[in-house]
Amino acid sequence: MLDRVKQAQETIEAACTKVGRRIQVMEVCGTHTVSIFRSGVRSLLPVGLKLLSGPGCPVCVTDQGYMDLALALADREDVLIATYGDMIRVPGRNGSLETRQSRARVHVVLSAEDALQLAVDHPDKTVVFLAVGFETTTPATAVLLRDAAARNLKNLCILCGHKLVVPAMMALLGSKNDKIDAFLCPGHVSVIIGVDAYYDVVHTFGRPCVVAGFEAVQIMEGLAEICRQISDAKPGLASVYGAVVTAEGNPTALSLMDDCFDVVDGVWRGLGTIPQSTLQIKEIYADYDAQKRFDLPAFSSEITSGCRCGEVLCGLIDPPQCGLFGKRCSPQGPVGPCMVSSEGACSAWYKYGKH
Amino acid sequence: MTKPNLSSDSILLAHGGGGQLSEDLIRQVILPRLSETPVETLTDAAQVSINATTVCMTTDSYVVKPLFFPGGDIGKLAVCGTVNDLAVAGAEPIAISLALIIEEGFARTDLERIMDSVGQTAGVCGVTIVTGDTKTVETGSADGIFINTTGIGRLRPGIQLGFDVIGTGDVVLVSGTLGDHGLTIMSQREDIRFESSLRSDCAPLAGMIEVLLRENNKIRFMRDPTRGGLAASLNEIARATGHSLLIRQSDLPINGSVQAAADMLGFDILNIANEGKFVAVVAAEQAQHCLDLCHQHPLGKDARLIGEIGGSSATPLVELETNIGGRRIVQMPYGRDLPRIC
Repeated sequence: MLDRVKQAQETIEAACTKVGRRIQVMEVCGTHTVSIFRSGVRSLLPVGLKLLSGPGCPVCVTDQGYMDLALALADREDVLIATYGDMIRVPGRNGSLETRQSRARVHVVLSAEDALQLAVDHPDKTVVFLAVGFETTTPATAVLLRDAAARNLKNLCILCGHKLVVPAMMALLGSKNDKIDAFLCPGHVSVIIGVDAYYDVVHTFGRPCVVAGFEAVQIMEGLAEICRQISDAKPGLASVYGAVVTAEGNPTALSLMDDCFDVVDGVWRGLGTIPQSTLQIKEIYADYDAQKRFDLPAFSSEITSGCRCGEVLCGLIDPPQCGLFGKRCSPQGPVGPCMVSSEGACSAWYKYGKH
Repeated sequence: MTKPNLSSDSILLAHGGGGQLSEDLIRQVILPRLSETPVETLTDAAQVSINATTVCMTTDSYVVKPLFFPGGDIGKLAVCGTVNDLAVAGAEPIAISLALIIEEGFARTDLERIMDSVGQTAGVCGVTIVTGDTKTVETGSADGIFINTTGIGRLRPGIQLGFDVIGTGDVVLVSGTLGDHGLTIMSQREDIRFESSLRSDCAPLAGMIEVLLRENNKIRFMRDPTRGGLAASLNEIARATGHSLLIRQSDLPINGSVQAAADMLGFDILNIANEGKFVAVVAAEQAQHCLDLCHQHPLGKDARLIGEIGGSSATPLVELETNIGGRRIVQMPYGRDLPRIC
């Protein structure tokens, strides 16, 4: 293992020397951000390679408006909230789900399926599942919808916050702030969508896209492949994630998503509205759409003043460059979701970096 | 160091997590109102002088859920936890008080099982349950059963463990594999149950510690890394001594199944509770001998030397040298990586 790491390091260093300027690679996925820190990869990279955090943390890009709706629902006596653990500490305008957990109305679930069981176990309440995540988790929500409909379950609905990775990557490119030379692409999302999903990023914008898993060696080899492509001026699509990632992805999962969701324009925290980037529950499943059932307003975009999560998510600044980092904003008292989420860039910098 | 922010009006689960928030609560809300309480009470056991004798005293409450888990139950945990807190303070455990708070409707057979476990574990440890209390509360006011203990022990002659004797070059030793208890509890919780062969490491350490302390082995300090895991204990050492620590990931003893479970759930094993392990700081020249003594004990076969105490610093850090030769910081955990585990 150490041999492979060393070889990757040498490839990266040689490429940085040859290119002669700093190479900037966006590691899109929050799990990569954490793994890069936790495994010590970050400490092994030369100064000539800079890693930019991207918008691949589903909790981080969840709009504050979504949280405020979730909190409003959590305050209802007739509602139980089912949510992935990370969401409970994200601050809305009026506290977080964590501060409501003491009222036993918020249930942390490991999978979407658990929300269905919660509804079955509590027929007197309406269970609202906070469905956030990229293409890795969306198929599970699709299965939940399909199963709930098949059972004609009346007390379950979904507040859909699912997003798509590639439109966000494309939205970052071509603007005057675009400093991205290449993308390290998310491993698990790519299992679903396939390597070919990044075709336009490569061929329209000329940026290398390399898929890597989350082990340290994978990440180093993925970065080495990127640096090799940049050094040779031959951007392309590649994967170092082995057989689990194919060119076309997982057709069953993609088909399930297609059956249950429409792709619409959507609001991303810090990035604004991105066209054709978020999912909305299809009309045939309208009964299970929390927005329709509770007649909720559309999500609104709002950022606490001073919070620079948006710039962090676009790779424009590192978290320590935010004035709130480590002062008003820390894991103990987070202002923005990038500090709260276990996959948030600010959280990773705080937990694993010196400050 | 960031100024802690107790921005919530109510106590959160994380305040009981053994990490940063727990420490903040104690320092900001509890200690300032106890004018006679010395700050040293943030150790596992306190020393109380009665005439010429020094008694060690510790207290703990057990709220683990589920009550019964592979490798133990709340009863075994209560006795082992109390005994271990005394043992790592350098005391010989003598006696324990046992207070029960039982929810109305709790199954009598479950109570019998728990009390059998308490009795059995106390026998193995050579401690006596000398006094107790039993309260019942209405359904919904307790989660089955809560147990509180107070343990007293006799400080072993000539033993004075503490932060103030730790110095640069001292070696860090752990007595066995990490994360077993916390991950086992996680695997049993209804909301995230998964199949595994995990077992809690819940065990009494007094016997192994007695062997280590019997000879002049220059043990500086010991702690049992329960809530908050090894990360919390190492950070406490860094903060209290003003010395940085360097730990080697490749030397950490970890069961493969525990690592797999932690990877699946995205947890850092350093933050996860242990209930049958201690971490010790030992003079370098005695480190190998202490390790050998551990290996000779049934509970210490996986003991390892995992790192060193570094130089003093205005901002002491705990650093981990990772498996691939990189480095990263090990922070004091927030306190809510896990549900109730002890």
